[in-house]
Amino acid sequence: MVDLHLDPEVLSGLQEVMEGEYPKLLDTFLDDSQKRVEALRKARDDAKALGRIAHSFKGSSGNLGAVRLAQLCQRLEVESVGPVVGDLGELVDQIDREFALVKPLYESERQRFQM
Amino acid sequence: MSVLAPVLEPLTILIAEDSTADLLLLSTIIRRQGHQVLTATNGAEAVAVFTRERPQLVLMDALMPVMDGFEAARRIKQLAGEELVPLIFLTSLRESEALAQCLDAGGDDFLPKPYNQLILAAKINAMDRLRRLQATVLQQRDLIAKHHDYLLHEQRVAKAVFDKVAHSGCINAAPNIRYLQSPYALFNGDLLLAAYTPSGDMHVLLGDFTGHGLPAAVGAMPLAEVFYGMTAKGYGLAQTLREMNAKLKRILPVDMFCCATLLCLSTQRRVVEVWNGGMPEGYVHEIATGKRTPLESRHLPLGVLSAQAFDDRTEVWPMALGDRVFLLSDGVLDTADANEQLFGAERLQQVFAANREPDRLFEDIEQALAAFRGKARDDVSMVEITLQVDQQLRASGPLYADSGQSCPLDWSVSFEFRAETLKRYNPLPYLLQLLLEIHGLREQSGALYSVMAELYSNALEHGVLGLDSRLKRDAQGFAEYYRLRNDRLAQLNSGYIRVHVQVVPTEAGGRMTLRVEDSGPGFDVEQVLARPLDIDRLSGRGLSLVRQLSSDVRWSDGGRSVCVEFSWEALA
Repeated sequence: MVDLHLDPEVLSGLQEVMEGEYPKLLDTFLDDSQKRVEALRKARDDAKALGRIAHSFKGSSGNLGAVRLAQLCQRLEVESVGPVVGDLGELVDQIDREFALVKPLYESERQRFQM
Repeated sequence: MSVLAPVLEPLTILIAEDSTADLLLLSTIIRRQGHQVLTATNGAEAVAVFTRERPQLVLMDALMPVMDGFEAARRIKQLAGEELVPLIFLTSLRESEALAQCLDAGGDDFLPKPYNQLILAAKINAMDRLRRLQATVLQQRDLIAKHHDYLLHEQRVAKAVFDKVAHSGCINAAPNIRYLQSPYALFNGDLLLAAYTPSGDMHVLLGDFTGHGLPAAVGAMPLAEVFYGMTAKGYGLAQTLREMNAKLKRILPVDMFCCATLLCLSTQRRVVEVWNGGMPEGYVHEIATGKRTPLESRHLPLGVLSAQAFDDRTEVWPMALGDRVFLLSDGVLDTADANEQLFGAERLQQVFAANREPDRLFEDIEQALAAFRGKARDDVSMVEITLQVDQQLRASGPLYADSGQSCPLDWSVSFEFRAETLKRYNPLPYLLQLLLEIHGLREQSGALYSVMAELYSNALEHGVLGLDSRLKRDAQGFAEYYRLRNDRLAQLNSGYIRVHVQVVPTEAGGRMTLRVEDSGPGFDVEQVLARPLDIDRLSGRGLSLVRQLSSDVRWSDGGRSVCVEFSWEALA
């Protein structure tokens, strides 16, 4: 599987759907995601909480075309309920890093629609 | 956007989703598809918005804070009641257990993330179709329930009226009638009527209209009206049948008619006169010999033929006291077992043959039907009438409201009825009505009618038609007698019967003299009167009856003229 960080086709599709609301969607996603990343860090030792946050995060990042981020969230969601609790902390770190990576990409996309 | 399926009708759609970005995205997509959007960010809020706004469709995230999507779905489905509010879970849940949980909570479909606009629009449309289908089903169900209630109500009203009409005669009062009717539907559409003629004979009609239940019963009303009206006025079977047939022919649709057996049971004359049009064979059962004479159908049902083509010929059978007439509707014979095998006439014959106690015949038939494991497919009716002696003559004429001050007391009238009239007309009801204008005679209307009927039929049968009453000495001769009567009457082209009525006032009250003359050869009065009064002999009953019932009987003109008198006292 190609490690795609941000799917440009999803973004152009979203732009078409959202029209004037597109920048707002990007803002909302960045704001939302920031909160979720912080929440994940705080819940490092609470598998149940991690799973729930990862589930939501997976949904929105999938919708916004953050393919790799969505995949990591899904792994966390699955492993949080799995019989063998792996190193969930390591996954949280990976999600953290992935968000740090895609965040500037979304920001630069956002820059195209300076208000 | 042009690729999206067209929206049939804008819906109000509730979206419950805790992720702000997803909520924003989804609301925008759905608004752009032409729907109105309500939003909630947790389950509890979703339930509150649903209660307040009653959206037509719900998109629900499964995992939400405060109250999750499963619980919210359950509550919303409960609030929606019978109405279908489609609920689509927004979920990327992968495990089958979680998906099953969505369905258990009342979810109708799933929409995975990331959202696909095309699929979303198609699912909303599909769910909307289901929603509208359910609404239509509910609406039609309510309509059907309403119609059903209405129909039952109508049937109950109709049944109440029908029962009054169909059972208003002497069917329940007469001690010599036993009957059994079991309805196929709410009520039995078979018609069972019985009433006394002015002379105390009993008319019985068992009718079966095409169909059963209410449609079958509608035709019963006019039929019953004719039956009761004409029987009370003294009309014979032939006139009554003609009138019934003409009336049904006029008012019923072509595919509807009435199979019927009409009979006149006369204790005075020890006979039963029968007309059967389309009913199963009934029987005359001679108790002394055990012999059963079938009463076969010889005619088309009532309401089929035009007045010109209608055949009112009847058959007459002798009966002794205690003999019985049994009639049944085809619901008995048409009772079918599990293999669609019919009970049929043969099995009924076997029941008759095996019957030892005549009084238990109905029970025997019912037992046989039950043993046959039959399921009735039509109304079932059986009736049995016994010839009994205790039918006293009754004044069954209509009650009069007038004071009697204007009643005619000094008058006379003469009639001459010639061949063409004798063939088709029975003047007795008219004459009786005329005579009942005299209050003093009303008390004796039964006897008066019996005497008139006897003198008239003597004049017609022995006088005009030249029939010898000695023919009637046995059952075979009896049948021959009535066959000859029918034939000769049909061919009659000369002859007459004259009726003279004279009414005079007397000191005590008044006196009516009735003279009947015929064109026949007359008879040896001395010799006939010398015969002993034998009440059980088939022939010669007429004259003894007349002598019993009227105060004075005189013959003249070699038996061609007979005169009777009725006297009465003034009313107080």
